[in-house]
Amino acid sequence: MPETIENKKIIAQENLVYERTSVLTENVMHYCPGCGHGTTHRILAEVIEELGIQSETIGIAPVGCSVLMYNYMDIDMQEAAHGRAPALATAVKRLRPDKYVFTYQGDGDLAAIGTAETIHACNRGENFAIIFINNGIYGMTGGQMAPTTIPNMKSSTSPYGRDVKTMGNPLRMTEIVATLPGTYYVTRQSVHSPANVRKTKKAIRKAFEYQKLDKGVCFIEVVSSCPSGWKMTPVQANEWMVENMFPFYPLGDLKVPEE
Amino acid sequence: MEEFQLMKGNEAVAEAAIRAGTDGYFGYPITPQSEVMEYLMTVKPYERTGMVVLQAESEVAAINMLYGGAACGKKVMTTSSSPGISLMQEGISYIAGSELPCLVVNVVRGGPGLGTIQPSQSDYFQATKGGGHGDYRLITLAPSSVQEMADFVTIAFDLAFKYRNPVMILSDGAIGQMMEKVKFKEQKPRATEFPEWATTGKTPDRERNIITSLDLDPARHERHNIKLQAKYKEVEKNEVLFEKISCEDAEYLFVAYGTSSRICQKSIQLAREEGIKVGLFRPITLWPYPKKELGAMSDQIKGILAVEMSGGQMVEDVLLSVDQKVKVDHYGRMGGIIPTPEEIVEALKNKIIGE
Repeated sequence: MPETIENKKIIAQENLVYERTSVLTENVMHYCPGCGHGTTHRILAEVIEELGIQSETIGIAPVGCSVLMYNYMDIDMQEAAHGRAPALATAVKRLRPDKYVFTYQGDGDLAAIGTAETIHACNRGENFAIIFINNGIYGMTGGQMAPTTIPNMKSSTSPYGRDVKTMGNPLRMTEIVATLPGTYYVTRQSVHSPANVRKTKKAIRKAFEYQKLDKGVCFIEVVSSCPSGWKMTPVQANEWMVENMFPFYPLGDLKVPEE
Repeated sequence: MEEFQLMKGNEAVAEAAIRAGTDGYFGYPITPQSEVMEYLMTVKPYERTGMVVLQAESEVAAINMLYGGAACGKKVMTTSSSPGISLMQEGISYIAGSELPCLVVNVVRGGPGLGTIQPSQSDYFQATKGGGHGDYRLITLAPSSVQEMADFVTIAFDLAFKYRNPVMILSDGAIGQMMEKVKFKEQKPRATEFPEWATTGKTPDRERNIITSLDLDPARHERHNIKLQAKYKEVEKNEVLFEKISCEDAEYLFVAYGTSSRICQKSIQLAREEGIKVGLFRPITLWPYPKKELGAMSDQIKGILAVEMSGGQMVEDVLLSVDQKVKVDHYGRMGGIIPTPEEIVEALKNKIIGE
């Protein structure tokens, strides 16, 4: 069939411009179309491959949509209890200071049930990276209000929009941890456009490189969309994120090391 | 040769931990066991052996630090007391589910709730019947002296690594706080090689190592549970520890562990002065419970008094062990009260011997 010939030609070695990084497994990801997790996993895996630290990296997965992250990353990983990833990572890095250690956490995990572990690991200046995916919602359990749900945003437990008077205010964790002396590099990025993907990848790369310096937590927030939880198409969700999330969670560096 | 030292039970645990080659201690202050971390911070084990000692922000964080450290194949431990141990139950369940070795020491105080800071044995159910969620077992050792507080650290770590299972030393505020002579084992080096399942960084010669308690496939998850149950059966078969004191001619029996077993030894002396032939059966492993060994004494004796500083918890295992062949009753004090030897003898007379 002509199509097959065409495909073969496309994937011929000499025509390849882009391929799966060896640090991702061949397992098919369970993430919904438009979700930022897949992209973030991929650039994280690329950074680990490019730095040549696959055998030196230990990752901690959270409870949330990325609970099965260890199915996709071809590295040694631990699956934490909900919110406790920074506690695990603290012990891992203290007991194996020779390794690169990161946690990967969603906003419910990091900013609600795990707030104490997050703040204290950051404040102690633990020497690992935290990658924080903020989509303003509990995705895995079906779109409930998160600590990061922005004012008036609808969720399954704030169906008429988040009323800050009764439901409280959203928490800007990245701003909070940036004030702590134990953090070394704090930035907020996104993966909704190729340019932003490249910026986020650069930030993740720095977060790993800085671990060699033993200077404290590197904290990367990735503002992400959740088309399923937000009940939008992926394109609508991206547009909604740019218009509504970014004003509340502005992208950019909050704390950069002095060179 | 090492000389005897005079020490608190809590300090003995700390010194024994360093000598056992422990890699990491993670804890949170709570009475009556704060001396453990105070001792560690004072003697600087990080200079002696490279052992990490870290004061966590909560017991919740401490137990999850154990989870992370144990997942790296490291020898890790924590100590706490009842309310703190309650906070750790989630983490202990995860550690058991992920089949990781670690040591948790509970220097029990009276409950429920904030309770009291005085000694108690009211966490028996929590330690031996689950504590956290899911079908799992905690190997539970009950020391009755400062020497055993030290000795059981090594035993606990050996069992934890042998079975990839958390082990608890269930002590109490009396043993933690009292001073006795203790002799320590020689310093063991910290391990430099780690189990093949540990997350040490995926090298090209092996598949990645994943430490998790999650499996969304029920068939696979049931297989995992069946494997855990088979492991617990092995532990029950191989690791029962107990002690019998003055049992040869005994017509009656005290069953007691930890501090209560110490008091019962005095009660035996008092009772025998009155011509009452009573002995002591002391479970050392509370799980696995020495069911068979206690049950085997049913033919020899007329009655059993389970003595506990609780409302009656271990007595349920005594009842299961003797299977209604012998009269069993319970005597306990609660809320931080330690029974006297005399009142235990009185209880034996009133509840078991009768008129």
